[in-house]
Amino acid sequence: MFYLEKNKLEHSVTDWPAFYCEQAANAAYPALKAFYQAGCQLPDTPLEQVQMVALDLETTGLDVNKHSIVSIGLVPFTSKRIFLSQAKYWVVKPVSQLNDNSVVIHGITHSEIETAQDLSFILDEFLTEISGKIVVAHYANIEKSFLKRAFIHRINEGIQFPVIDTMSLEAKICRYRPLSWWDKLKGKQAVSLRLSDARNRYHLPYYKPHHALTDALACAELLQAQIAYTQKEQIYLADIWE
Amino acid sequence: MLSAEKIDLLNFLQAHPPFDQLPQQALEQAASNMDVAYYKAGSQIVELGQLLDTWHVIRSGSVEVYRRSGELYNRLSEGGYFGEVSLLQNRPSRFPVIALEDCLIYLLPKAVFSELFDSYEYFSDVVEVEDRSRLRHSVSQREDANQLMTASVKVLLTPNVLSITETATAHQAAIKMSENGISCLLITDLQSQICGIVTNTDLRDRLLTPGLALDTPVNQIMSPRVFSVEHNQQVFEAMLLMLRHNVHHLPVLKQGSAIGIITLPDIIRYETQNSLFVVSSIFKAQTLDELVSLKADVRACFVRMVREDANSRMIGGAMAVIGRSFKQRLLELGEAQLGPAPVEYCFVAMGSMAREEQLIVTDQDNAFIFDDNYQPSLHGEYFAQLGKFVCDGLAACGYSYCTGEIMASNPKWRQPLKVWQQYFSQWIDQPTPEFLLNAAIFFDLQPVYGKSGLVKQLNQLIRYKAKANSRFLACMARNAILRTPPLGFFREFVMEKDGKQSNSINIKRRGTAPLVDMIRVHALAIGSKAHNSFERLDDIIESKLLPNGRAEDLRDALELISIVRIKYQAQDLELENEPDNNIEPEALSAFERKNLKDAFQIVSDAQKFLRFKYQPGRAS
Repeated sequence: MFYLEKNKLEHSVTDWPAFYCEQAANAAYPALKAFYQAGCQLPDTPLEQVQMVALDLETTGLDVNKHSIVSIGLVPFTSKRIFLSQAKYWVVKPVSQLNDNSVVIHGITHSEIETAQDLSFILDEFLTEISGKIVVAHYANIEKSFLKRAFIHRINEGIQFPVIDTMSLEAKICRYRPLSWWDKLKGKQAVSLRLSDARNRYHLPYYKPHHALTDALACAELLQAQIAYTQKEQIYLADIWE
Repeated sequence: MLSAEKIDLLNFLQAHPPFDQLPQQALEQAASNMDVAYYKAGSQIVELGQLLDTWHVIRSGSVEVYRRSGELYNRLSEGGYFGEVSLLQNRPSRFPVIALEDCLIYLLPKAVFSELFDSYEYFSDVVEVEDRSRLRHSVSQREDANQLMTASVKVLLTPNVLSITETATAHQAAIKMSENGISCLLITDLQSQICGIVTNTDLRDRLLTPGLALDTPVNQIMSPRVFSVEHNQQVFEAMLLMLRHNVHHLPVLKQGSAIGIITLPDIIRYETQNSLFVVSSIFKAQTLDELVSLKADVRACFVRMVREDANSRMIGGAMAVIGRSFKQRLLELGEAQLGPAPVEYCFVAMGSMAREEQLIVTDQDNAFIFDDNYQPSLHGEYFAQLGKFVCDGLAACGYSYCTGEIMASNPKWRQPLKVWQQYFSQWIDQPTPEFLLNAAIFFDLQPVYGKSGLVKQLNQLIRYKAKANSRFLACMARNAILRTPPLGFFREFVMEKDGKQSNSINIKRRGTAPLVDMIRVHALAIGSKAHNSFERLDDIIESKLLPNGRAEDLRDALELISIVRIKYQAQDLELENEPDNNIEPEALSAFERKNLKDAFQIVSDAQKFLRFKYQPGRAS
């Protein structure tokens, strides 16, 4: 299929600001064009100056080809403060059927889905909210792939942006912590990178998972904690985005 | 923007004061304006001099709040908050805050905070910056809870007060009483001054029973000693006076003339007669065993008063009257057993009973003062036996022996007036802090039984000498600051000023005792005649000895700490645990913790002031 080929063409961007310039020129959909025109923060920006937005999608399943988005949570933040008061949350009508299983998981009911609008109605607002900001997610592949797929489906154009992935950051951080002799003696297993387990290591409170806004907030808090715990004097955006 | 998605935040707020009583709409307003920040343990959350634009609420973790001086001010955990002082006064922060553990903090913008503060009284009451006014507020709210007992006697008095001259006959008096349907008559002398009172009981017991003639002058059957109350005194004070002197009628005076009578049935109609019932049972007891069996009634009476929201002064006063009655009855029983006393004496109470601040956990502090005709070789043995009888009896009735041996069973404290005068002169003129440490209670001295004039002379001596002796006052002050209050509470611990934590607090040793000690020093310095700490504070306020408002602060702190102590003793009794003075912080409500912390702060400040005020050699 056409979009799959296009997808392959767009893998691994090395120069994000240049990529944004290029896309700003090429994008056809106005809001997407505006998103790219807003530009990308430079890789050498000190982290405390970076404007970020935590993103979480809840989907009907994990297969991007079969399942689709049911809700989106966004929380803008910086390394110092999480602007929960400016958070956004949308329930959208999935293209694929919502099965009973995911009703249980997300707590979103069929009737909410019935009254929800298609993603295309919120697309512009969504783009405005994330423009000029670096997207942060826990296991960002889901967000990246589902969004791209959803965009192509509606406006026939994909979307690509750099992300800070708190899960891969946590993996790096944990690898840096060798197991102590006592841990080895106990036969301790490799650490879990799940959002709630990662949060627990920083003494962050337990939140009920699988709600797009709660998970986005949980992710923003986790990144703040990860930054607070870093040994480095100064972190730049380039150190942690991908 | 708000709905179910912020349910975690809403749930959290709903569970914590000051949000817990906000209406849903205000709660949602708060929730939808909250921002969040994470702080790693050890990091600075608020810097000294920082201008804050948000109020901080701890979602998880804990923090330490410091004073400008670097001294620890408070430790707060989940649900705690900080920054309100700076926000409300619009001034840079004077209390730097550091994360003690990893923390997640909710941040509420100043404008939203101010709106909640201005719109919701409960919110501002809880958050209130001015610690002292919050304490006063909660103390006065408690007083409202028991309006009747703290109401003035005017609400209960029978305005129909009649009198007859002392030259009238008993028969004339009886006729006047019958015609007017009253149970007592005031007797006036030739100058129209009240010189006695006659009641129904007097007519029965002093006229009819002995078979006197109807034309007996009324002054021969009247009670010459008339106890009265001022019109603006409180109902419970009238009740205590009746209990104390075992009288059932009190004239109510206004500017020296009687405006009415308040009778025991008037009060009983309003009060549950707890303490009255116990006192009358004590005087009916014929043996020590009967007295001992009343121990349960005393405890039940204590619990009932607490449940009825009596204030600490009422409870302390009622318990002191009960304690006094035990002593009086024991002395009566002792004299009945040993024969009448060979010389005049006064049995005195010291410490909490003399201050009328007795509670349920209390030891006995008492002594004998003899007339100067006392001769050890002749009379010593009698009083040794009487002292032992009374002290053993008190111990059996639940008043444990004084560990410092300040009891009438100790020969050192069975002395004629002149020896007592030497004792006090020496203590005051050549004070040693070591001795005075255990002897402070000697300066709370009240007669219980016998010739009260002996005690009056001693109290005069104390008032006269202590006031003028700055070295003595300095010694007393030094001892009064030895026991310090803790800083406050943190989770299930008591937190000390140096940051150390422990599992429980002795609320007497760390709270009421230092307060009472300080109030005593001030009272001695101004030569106050009062013994009760609240009455002493009234005198201190009047003397303007302390800077404006300080004495009132001490009063609020004493009431608050006392009532917490009382409440937990009552709770122990109800749970059938042996009551003590220890409180475990997890038992305290958030409100009590907060009020106690404020009260401890007042005690601590007052101790600093005391040290400064009473320096040896400094003219006070």
